[in-house]
Parts: sequence; structure tokens; C-alpha cells
Amino acid sequence: MRITLFAPCFIDALYPGIAMKAVKIFENLGHQVNVPEELACCGQPAFNTGHWDEARAVASKVIESLWDAEAVVLPSGSCTAMIRKFYPELFAESPLSEKACRLAEHTWEFSDFLVSHLKVTDLGAVFNATVTFHDGCHGLRELGIYQQPRELMSHVKGLTLVEMEAIQCCGFGGTFSAKFPEISTTMGDSKINMALETGAEYIVSNDSSCLMHIRGLADKQHRHIKTIHLIEILASNE
Amino acid sequence: MNNLAKKFHQDAAHMAENVALRNVIATGLGKYAEGRDKKIADFQDWQKARETASQIKRESLNNLPQNIQQLTEKLTSRGTHIHFAATGSDVCRIVLNILRQKKAKLMIKSKSMTSEEVHLNKALEKEGFKVVESDLGEFIVQLRQEPPYHIVFPAMHLTRYQISDLFHDKLNSQPTENPETLTMIARQNLRSQYIQADVGFTGANFAVADTGMISVTENEGNSRLCGSLPKTMITLIGIEKVIPRLEDLPLFLPMLATVGAAQNLTAYNTLYSGPKRPEEPDGPEEYHVILLDNGRSRLQKDPVYREVLKCMRCGSCLNVCPIYKSVGGHTYNATYSGPIGSVLMPKLFGMAAYKHLSFACSLCCACRDACPVKIDLSHLLLKNRETLSSQFAPKYEKLAFKGMSALFNHPLFWSLGKKLAWIGQKLHPLIEGSAIDPAQCWTATRKAPKLVWHSFKDLWKKYKS
Ligand code: SF4
Ligand code: SF4
Repeated sequence: MRITLFAPCFIDALYPGIAMKAVKIFENLGHQVNVPEELACCGQPAFNTGHWDEARAVASKVIESLWDAEAVVLPSGSCTAMIRKFYPELFAESPLSEKACRLAEHTWEFSDFLVSHLKVTDLGAVFNATVTFHDGCHGLRELGIYQQPRELMSHVKGLTLVEMEAIQCCGFGGTFSAKFPEISTTMGDSKINMALETGAEYIVSNDSSCLMHIRGLADKQHRHIKTIHLIEILASNE
Repeated sequence: MNNLAKKFHQDAAHMAENVALRNVIATGLGKYAEGRDKKIADFQDWQKARETASQIKRESLNNLPQNIQQLTEKLTSRGTHIHFAATGSDVCRIVLNILRQKKAKLMIKSKSMTSEEVHLNKALEKEGFKVVESDLGEFIVQLRQEPPYHIVFPAMHLTRYQISDLFHDKLNSQPTENPETLTMIARQNLRSQYIQADVGFTGANFAVADTGMISVTENEGNSRLCGSLPKTMITLIGIEKVIPRLEDLPLFLPMLATVGAAQNLTAYNTLYSGPKRPEEPDGPEEYHVILLDNGRSRLQKDPVYREVLKCMRCGSCLNVCPIYKSVGGHTYNATYSGPIGSVLMPKLFGMAAYKHLSFACSLCCACRDACPVKIDLSHLLLKNRETLSSQFAPKYEKLAFKGMSALFNHPLFWSLGKKLAWIGQKLHPLIEGSAIDPAQCWTATRKAPKLVWHSFKDLWKKYKS
């Protein structure tokens, strides 16, 4: 099928490798990938800060570009939630309402798309390490993604998954992390503590923004835990 | 930034340092989810129970005036005095009048967050009346002269050692590490006060419209004593707590116990329908019910925020909120803390004063999923943000987001922006994390992520050609 891969702003500017690996995974499965080069962001930063008009300005362009695509896939739970859950609300009673709903119906987070839509769980990946998994909150609670990434990891050879004591936010929360650094940092610290307690070498997540936050904290405080996106594991054959 | 916001930041920063206190909170709430989930498993279908509870509350709020009328008619017919209080100061005035009329000196209270909302104790004490809290947690925080730390567990921030020291200081008791002994010390102290009290005061969890009853649930039996030993009894309840039918309680009572304290049912559940009848051996001779509005009917008229009035103050959203766990209850500096407080406080007591609370949230949605009556708390916080940003956002923030929209919407600007940012970042280490770093709010505690020269768009173009 024809898959539209929408790499949101921070993946585009900070983690291009993740998106390239997603391209390869889809192509290896025999699908055709295209990338909307005119799009940069889903509008979530403005939306979550309460600037809904500015969010609409960005989102309307996304809707116009992608509403008639076959399937739109994002390597990020929170950007997917933005399109699936909040575009319809943001454009309710506007001329774009119908297109927003159409788009919401065929937009997927990467791991959910593989498992729930393509019914693929084994990508033949090899990754020799003990890891723990961090559920990005929007993927988990807005989209109900919990089992999908675990299903994919269970087929990765050499990988052992150890769960953390509790499921908890990493403290990123977009502009929250800048407006309330003292709280955001405390939350992140507690996340890293929980991950270290598992004895895992890596924190894996399907959301790069959480990983960016955790990485930034761990680096500053010289805490020894590696971070990696699920897609990189699925593309690995070491 | 207003003073409340400044203080919030300061106190949150102190809490970040106060690992010991955060550990006390973590231990207190640590086993909450596990215990609650065990009790949830006893429900045939928890999600359906939540949906039903939410529907009943909604129905009840949609017909609020009729329900209140039914409730008060029934209560009055059995000799209860009904008082309507439009504001908090009305409540204080009404209670003061009753105390004066009864020539009372001492009022004994059981737990009531609504009385905290209207600052009742302060108002009564100012007029020379003695008020004693009889709920163990409330008793402790009253001795410390501080507000409750949590809407269900008022003294959860204290260790038994601290409580022992407090009792030793204020009640001259022997130091002890034994929680049961501590409880006994409090009970002994309270016993004589129940006898001496002229008036007993309780909060309430539900008011049943069709039978005209006030439902109080508690674990210590103290509320029952407040309602049976003194000659006069007063109950304060927010108007939103009315439920339509007695037959709704078999859903709400176990639900409240489950999410509130991981119990199947709270130890004591009492229904008050009026003062003592001639044939009854005990109960108050006079019963007063005060129905408090304090902004609630304004919320009731708002189709979006009406949802908040479904709240039954179970505390579940606080227990799962990572912000609450990080900053603790007192940092909110608000009667209602945690997610429900962050939604409710600005709506009831002023958007401008409490606006920071709507932003002090990572939008993780744990509160929404934990709420037994399905209040979409995280989304209401987002709604608050929308209102606030259009009214109060600093000019530079508005401009920044406008600029960002333009940047995102023009591919050329975006690719140029990325390159410029990359160059900028090369110079960044010189100031990273320092006071003149424009990204200091991030870099003071976190390393900045490294921008790449070749973005995904660049790589993709190359790959395609
Ligand atoms: S969404 Fe916000 S208020 Fe709700 S639990 Fe998460 S951090 Fe707390
Ligand atoms: S908002 Fe929901 S979870 Fe929070 S206290 Fe009220 S009923 Fe409980």
C-alpha cells in the first residue's frame, strides 16, 4: 500500500535516522512510502499551550495535504494523538471539519499501524540487550497503545524486556517542561530512577520527545542509561 | 507573574529538593493503584460502572433545581432546617447564627472539604468559638495549624514520628512509634470534647433527592458521633452533590470506597433524614442542612464545565497525578489540590489568580483515566489554557507561536531555520545552562538535544534521487 510518512518537526530536525529507518521498514515489507515535503509540524506545541488559532494555521495545512491519503503514519504517539483526537475538535463546525475527520480515521502511530493495521509483528530484528519500555502518555492514554510495541519487541531476537515498577509520565509535556522546569525535572528524575531499578541498559520508547527529555536529563546528570527509539530496534540486525 | 504563581514556583522548587517529603508521599500513594485495582476487579464491569455513574451525575446536574427542591421539601417535612448559602461568607454567617442561638461554645466537626473551601474554622474562631476537628487526619493538621494536604488523606505528608512529636508537644503525651497508640491518644483527647460539644458539624458525600437524605461515609465513626452526641447538628454540602435516587447509592458508595481508599465499602455509611424522632433513642434534636452554591450554579449553566460538578471528591485524580506527587498538596496553595483543583480553582475563584495551575500539567491524562465519574480533567485544563492564552498570554509568547506557525508553514523558512539553528547551536556551549542562555529553562537541568545539519527532509530528498 501507499504509506505517507509524516515525520514531525523534532524528528525532522533532531532524529532524522529514525524516520529513515521507518522508510526502510515499510519498503522492506513491500510498501510504497511517500513523504509530504511541504509539512513540518502537526501544530501540537501551539495547541497544548492554548494558542488554538496558531495551531489551526499549522493543522489546516496538514489536513489539506493529507486528508485523502491512503494511510498516514507518524513515528510519534503524541503527534498522532493530535491528529486523531484533537483535529476533529479543533475544526468542528468549520469547513475543514469533514476532511479533519477523514484524516483522523486513516492516521496511525507507527507501532499501532504495524500491529493493528498491517498485522505484522515479526520484522526479523535482532537486538542483544535488556531494555525497559517507556509509554508516551498520549500514545498510551489517547490512543490506547500499550500492547503493540510490546508485541513487536517480543519478536526481536536477543531482546529482554523488563517493565518498570509503574507507568508514569516522563515529565516532558511540551512547553510544560520549559514553563515548569522544576517539576518537569523532578518527574524525569523519578522516571530515570525507575528505569535504572530494572537493571536495563536501554530505555526504549515510541515517542522521541520523551526520549529527548530523558536523554537531556541523563546527560546533564551523568546517569548511565541509554535511550533508543523503538523503530531503531526494529530496524536493527546486529 | 502574580504572587500565587510565584509562590507556586518557589514551593515546587523546594519540593524538588525535599526528597524526604517526596518519599513520604510516594510511600503513601505507592501502593494506591495496586490496591484500587484489586477492588476494581470486584466490579463486574468497571468501565460500565464509570459510565453509569457519569450518566447519573450528568442527569442529576441537568435537573439540579428540581432535585434540590425535592431534597429540601423532604428534609423540611421531617423537621430539618434548610439554609441556602450563595457564598462562603454566607455559610459562616449561618453557622455563627446557629451557634449564637444555641449559646454554644464548642463545635465538633467531622471531615468536610466544603468547610475548608469557605474557611469556616477561621471565621468561627475569630468570633470566639472553639472548633475541634474529629477526623484523625484533620485533628492532626488542625494541631499543626495547617490546611489538609490531600482532600481525602489530610495528614498524609507526616510520618508517625512527626505525629508523635506533635502530640507530645501539644497534648503532653508520651512519645510513641506505634500508630495505634497515636490513634488512642487522639481518641482520648476527643472523647470529652464530643460530650462537651454543643453543636456537631459534618460534611456529606451525597444528598439523595427522592428520599430527602444526606449520605455521609467515613472510616473512623467520628462523624456518627458528631451527628449523635451534640444536641444540634449541622451538615454543609455543595449543591452539586445531589443525586436523584436512593437506588443510585449502591453504585456510588462502593465506587467511592474503591477509588478513594481501595476498600469495598467505607466502614461507616450513614443516612440522615432529619432530627431525632420521638421514638428514637439518639440523634440531634435540631438538624440544619446548609446548601452551598459559591459559583457552582454558574458552572452548572456552562455546558462544558458542568462536567466538573460531577466530582465526588474521591481524591483518585490526585493519587495518580505525577505533578501532585512531585510538588505535594500544600504547594497548590488551594483548597482543592491536584488535577480537580487545577480545573476547579480558577473556575470558582478567579482565572487570573489561579491561571498557573492550568499550565502546571504535562497533559499525561492519568487523572482523566482515574476519575470514576469520567471527568475529562486533562482536556478541561487544556480548555482553561485556551481561554487563558487568549486573555493573559504575554505578547512575546503570542508572537513566538505566530512566528512558529509561519516557520512550519513555509518549507523554505523551515529548512533555512533548521540550518540557522544548527549554526546557532555550535556557539551554544559557550553559554549553555548559564543565566544568559536563552534556553536556560531547559538547559539548567537538561542537555539540549543536538540539531543535525542534514534533516530528515534532506536525507529523504537524497534517498529519492
Ligand atoms: S494530565 Fe496533568 S493534571 Fe492530569 S494527571 Fe497528568 S499531569 Fe496531572
Ligand atoms: S475529579 Fe474525579 S477523580 Fe478527581 S476527586 Fe473528583 S471524582 Fe475523584
